[in-house]
Amino acid sequence: MSDSDKKKPPRRDFILTATTAAGAVGVGAAVWPLIDQMNPDASVKALASTEVDISAVEPGQSITVLWRGKPVFIKRRTQEEIDSARSVDLKDLKHPERDEDRAKNPEWLVMLGVCTHLGCVPLTDKGDYNAWFCPCHGSHYDTSGRIRKGPAPTNMEVPKYVFLNSKTIKIG
Amino acid sequence: MKKFLKILFCTSMLLNTNYANSAENSAELLKVDWSFKSFFGKFDRASLQRGYQVYNEVCASCHSVKYLSYRNLTEKGGPEFTEEEAKAIASNFEVIDGPNSTGEMFTRPARLSDKFVSTYANDEEAKSANGGAYPPDMSVLVKARKGGADYIYSLLLGYEDPPADMELDDGVYYNKFMYGNKIKMSAPLSDDIVEYSDGTKATTEQMSKDVVTFLMWAAEPHLEQRHKFGFRVIIYLIIITILVYFSMKKIWSRIESKV
Amino acid sequence: MSDHDYQPSSKLGKWFNDRLPLLTLSNHLQEYPTPKNLNYWWTFGGILTFCLITQIITGIILGMHYIAHADLAFGSVEHIMRDVNYGWLIRYVHANGASMFFLAVYIHIFRSLYYGSYKAPREVIWIIGMIIYFLMMATAFMGYVLPWGQMSFWGATVITNLFSAIPFIGESITNWLWGGYSVDNPTLTRFFSLHYLLPFLILGLVILHIWALHVPGNNNPIGIDIKKPSNDTVPFHPYIVIKDLFALLLFLIVFAFFVFYSPNILGHADNYIEADPLVTPAHIVPEWYLLPFYAILRSVPDKLLGVIAMFASIFVLVVLPWLDTSKVRSAIFRPIYKQFYWFLVADVLILGYMGAMPAEGAYLIIARVATAYYFLHFLVILPVLGRKEKTLDIPLSITEPVLGGFPNQATTKNKQDNRENL
Repeated sequence: MSDSDKKKPPRRDFILTATTAAGAVGVGAAVWPLIDQMNPDASVKALASTEVDISAVEPGQSITVLWRGKPVFIKRRTQEEIDSARSVDLKDLKHPERDEDRAKNPEWLVMLGVCTHLGCVPLTDKGDYNAWFCPCHGSHYDTSGRIRKGPAPTNMEVPKYVFLNSKTIKIG
Repeated sequence: MKKFLKILFCTSMLLNTNYANSAENSAELLKVDWSFKSFFGKFDRASLQRGYQVYNEVCASCHSVKYLSYRNLTEKGGPEFTEEEAKAIASNFEVIDGPNSTGEMFTRPARLSDKFVSTYANDEEAKSANGGAYPPDMSVLVKARKGGADYIYSLLLGYEDPPADMELDDGVYYNKFMYGNKIKMSAPLSDDIVEYSDGTKATTEQMSKDVVTFLMWAAEPHLEQRHKFGFRVIIYLIIITILVYFSMKKIWSRIESKV
Repeated sequence: MSDHDYQPSSKLGKWFNDRLPLLTLSNHLQEYPTPKNLNYWWTFGGILTFCLITQIITGIILGMHYIAHADLAFGSVEHIMRDVNYGWLIRYVHANGASMFFLAVYIHIFRSLYYGSYKAPREVIWIIGMIIYFLMMATAFMGYVLPWGQMSFWGATVITNLFSAIPFIGESITNWLWGGYSVDNPTLTRFFSLHYLLPFLILGLVILHIWALHVPGNNNPIGIDIKKPSNDTVPFHPYIVIKDLFALLLFLIVFAFFVFYSPNILGHADNYIEADPLVTPAHIVPEWYLLPFYAILRSVPDKLLGVIAMFASIFVLVVLPWLDTSKVRSAIFRPIYKQFYWFLVADVLILGYMGAMPAEGAYLIIARVATAYYFLHFLVILPVLGRKEKTLDIPLSITEPVLGGFPNQATTKNKQDNRENL
């Protein structure tokens, strides 16, 4: 080693600190595009809404449509099912939500058909409440899609939707 | 520094090799002072909107722009139509969708998320409808031609009577900027073929300029963002290079040696 | 110093280092004694490492969005350019990055030619480097096919047809390469797979290249063997690191100009036209970095011999350490070699230019002369020159301007040091 290396370590002076800081900012800025490219791209974002024709759904029936790659359950409920959903005491619920808030139009229940436990698709007209039952880990949902029994932490999610007319729902 | 100039020189030599053979067209291209050239180049918004109109009313009868979507018309750095305007534009076109619940395909008005609707169902139909000449898709046309925007502009204005010694078949036209001077597209533009809503006089030159601006954007929709980023990146690089240079001097000063 | 002497300061570090000597490696890389007189031409090794990493990272990202299918590839590239967040930036960096990579590798190779870095005891570094270079060309060629434009398609057709020049089995080989009777979807998918694979091979070879470098240590502008460490050397970190960084930033400014202000100037307009097996573009021209070899290929009137000449032009570089008989490394002390060196540079540039021109008339004649001279340089001039040339006096060390040094004086002595360095 040359003599110079035996000198005491140079003090951290301004120019080296400034360079390091500016370098860190630059690296950070350069990394962002490499990360952001994995976010939903412009064409995916553009498909955020879908329109569904519900004219052929009879009371008691339900249809499943694809929205953003996930199933959406659209159920036309019978009066009996509406009554059973609305008569529940909120205190009995793991995730208390009023059916009136989940289904603005009581006849139609629209929700993401994704179990809130680990993302499986529940079966329709099954389980203890004869509504939805997730076969993966045994979560039971009621006729309002609320979790009643099993490991799922919350009710099935209600997406944003509007009735464009009596026959068409726009989801998203 | 001298060395880096040498590097640049070598690069430019090599660049010349690629582009030396682009001078095949006998005629010198018409040069336009495009607003999107230069370091801070941006598109002329009004020109883009007029250009879309020319594309839609003239070019679109044969040429598709299949990689564009209607939503692009509203995006920043583009023609920037309002969402309502773009929705209205889209709804003028019919797209085939389906199958529906009974298994049939159906048509519906286009939405913002749809790609631009092509006149022809496929390339073969396009060819047969145009006397065997395929009207190229124009999504990246400007980038697909040597000379780029200037070339397309020149081509649109390059229709002339053929020289006396040239025989032209039916459906073939003389264009002094076309490779081989023979083109199967008749002169697409003539004065006042479209009526601009903003009152701009629709001369052939004006329409050519507008539609080429539109096509440049279609080919390079992120051009404005690219220019903006480029400026920032290069300024940043220059600053950090200077900082690193002084850091280097500092570090090397610890030993008695020149860098 | 010997790496074996290194002891981590912390207990945990020592525990780990005894089991996997990563800290010893890191210490070796930092302390690695580097000649203090390295000039800026020596910074291209670091720049090339940066280029490789950049290509791999941007390439992996593009692979997330790209679709390797003849019907979808072109559209998926447009999808990247239009819809993917920053997709245009990542693709332009990758596309121009290939050119910058080659620019840097050519400077790196010509630096080695000028300063005789390929000579004993660095032949293995050089040969590994040549393998890397060859793989780079293969990778770049296959990458250029992926956008599935007209140049992609016809470039692939022309290059794969080179193999049809092989007697008897040529046709079977091309069909095997294509997975069909022409360049088509099977060709595209296998090119994608290999284009993804080869950079990792290159990365492995780069590690070997650096390993092989660290055995004898760097060559230097005056090409003498130096004692390590000594007053002639500096530790790699921070001296060489900061210098490489400075050069890299200058390089990045040039890079950024291409990416942001002329992203397509190094490409061909025809590649923005989707591949059409029925129409060949008016000029088939490879990317600029392959032009000299393309010129050699075309300047030989026989198909098979042309292909042989082209591959020979690369192979002749591999055996260069044994063709150049001069014991003196650096061209600084070889006045005649220096002249021929610049002739060779000019010759390769001329070949590159001719590769872009149509193969006819005067162009063809010039290309033939340049091809002949290329081989003449390596096969005749270098072996003869090494014996005949009167070289200048060589200094004993970098710091002491005492003349009378002897080339390769320390090669035998160094062997002992080398074993220690390992």
